[in-house]
Amino acid sequence: MSTNLHSEPALHVEELHKSFGDIKVLKGVSLTAKKHDVISIIGSSGSGKSTFLRCMNLLEFPNAGRIRVHGEQLDLSQGIEQGNSKARQSQIERIRSRLGMVFQSFNLWSHMSVLENVMLGPCTVLKRNRDAAEVQAKALLNRVGMLEKCHMYPDHLSGGQKQRVAIARALAMDPDVMLFDEPTSALDPELVNEVLLVIRELAEEGRTMIMVTHEMRFARDVSSHVIYLHQGKIEEQGPPEQLFNNPQSEHLQRFLSTQY
Amino acid sequence: MFEILIDYGPKLLDGMAITLKLTFISVVIAGLLSLPLAILRRSKNKAYQWPIKLYVSFFRGTPLLAQLFLVYYGSGQFREELTDLGVWWFFREPFYCALFTFALNSTAYQLEILRGGLQAVPYGEVEAGVALGMPRTLLYRKIILPHTYRIALPALGNEIILMLKGSAIASVITLMDVMGHTRRVFSQTFDISVYFWAAIIYLVITTMFVFAWRLLEKRLTRHMCYPVNSKPLSTSSVLSTTKETCHVN
Repeated sequence: MSTNLHSEPALHVEELHKSFGDIKVLKGVSLTAKKHDVISIIGSSGSGKSTFLRCMNLLEFPNAGRIRVHGEQLDLSQGIEQGNSKARQSQIERIRSRLGMVFQSFNLWSHMSVLENVMLGPCTVLKRNRDAAEVQAKALLNRVGMLEKCHMYPDHLSGGQKQRVAIARALAMDPDVMLFDEPTSALDPELVNEVLLVIRELAEEGRTMIMVTHEMRFARDVSSHVIYLHQGKIEEQGPPEQLFNNPQSEHLQRFLSTQY
Repeated sequence: MFEILIDYGPKLLDGMAITLKLTFISVVIAGLLSLPLAILRRSKNKAYQWPIKLYVSFFRGTPLLAQLFLVYYGSGQFREELTDLGVWWFFREPFYCALFTFALNSTAYQLEILRGGLQAVPYGEVEAGVALGMPRTLLYRKIILPHTYRIALPALGNEIILMLKGSAIASVITLMDVMGHTRRVFSQTFDISVYFWAAIIYLVITTMFVFAWRLLEKRLTRHMCYPVNSKPLSTSSVLSTTKETCHVN
């Protein structure tokens, strides 16, 4: 098992299908993230990129497909719903806890201080000891430059600060893969950079990351692989230089021309 | 006016103990029952939804007095059956009948208040917990319920005050609460000022309750106050500065 682990991709998603009612949002999308990969998902709105990301940690339940996190397989072939068996439910929770999610609208717990926000996951889900969790939380907050605000409540922070705390909160779980769902889309333009800087540092230290983004320049700089989604399918993918400098598909060409 | 207080004050205080006991116990029972029911009421399963909907509309749609009569006099009609069931000792006592009715009535109201609170919990914050792999019970304990009770608190306080004053009707089924003693004293002395003193008693209880409740609200909404207020609050400043530093979004 342990020898196997290193060769296993951190996250492997195969043939995901998802519809909302009659609308098919994802029509068989696959993705493999090896360790240290930084994968950006781009595409116009409505292309299914956020849904794709949310399906990976089952915030949306795909109608069909397979997900494998570090070798642990979750079979979705019969389609799954929330009212599942206990074993299945705890498997889903385990998989979620390994994928750190950063939301567009931060979603910090507003009734907890910054420090409590970062500590809650490790203390409850991972059952870590409080003191150790606090030391780790403070180290992470220091990394994202939020240590001096650790006793403040989210309502007192700017959007950029909130997003940096949210990143620290996700990191505190020691996730195998970080998922970013348009992490800078809800920010004022002058606050975008402070968040991108933190994400860039994570990329440089070799974190495995998947991110949905509208920041093309940023995606081009930090990604090892870029996926272009169009109408629920992967239309083109490859290394960023190839995709941005020499896009093959007509849709991608048109999409990129609107971005700069 | 004051001589009646001297003569009958202790009686009124006895009544106050009954009023407080009756209100407190029924409100606490209702507080315990309403949360699980509110959660079930929100479940997608119609088998849970409908009985609860029926229950709520019955208790909110009919007068408390009618409900009290129904339990107190109604149970007398079924004395034999209730004796067989071994619960006649309960329905024989006016105090238990009132307690039973008030608890069921208040449960219905509190249930609806909590349902509204549960509905208003910011969904993104729940989702953030789900994404960390938190099981349901943990989500409720750490995220959903703190928000629910913060949102529901003013309305719950209101309901408790209404229950306290509503408890006066227990006097019509011979219970000697504040109103029960007041009515008796009035029938003996024909001194109308006893009603004035009864009103004062209710007023004092509600005022003290309002202050205590406000402290609780203050605690549950502390994350919404500007950090200016981060220095420890003395009790007096809490009472006098309830408005200016809180912004309610």
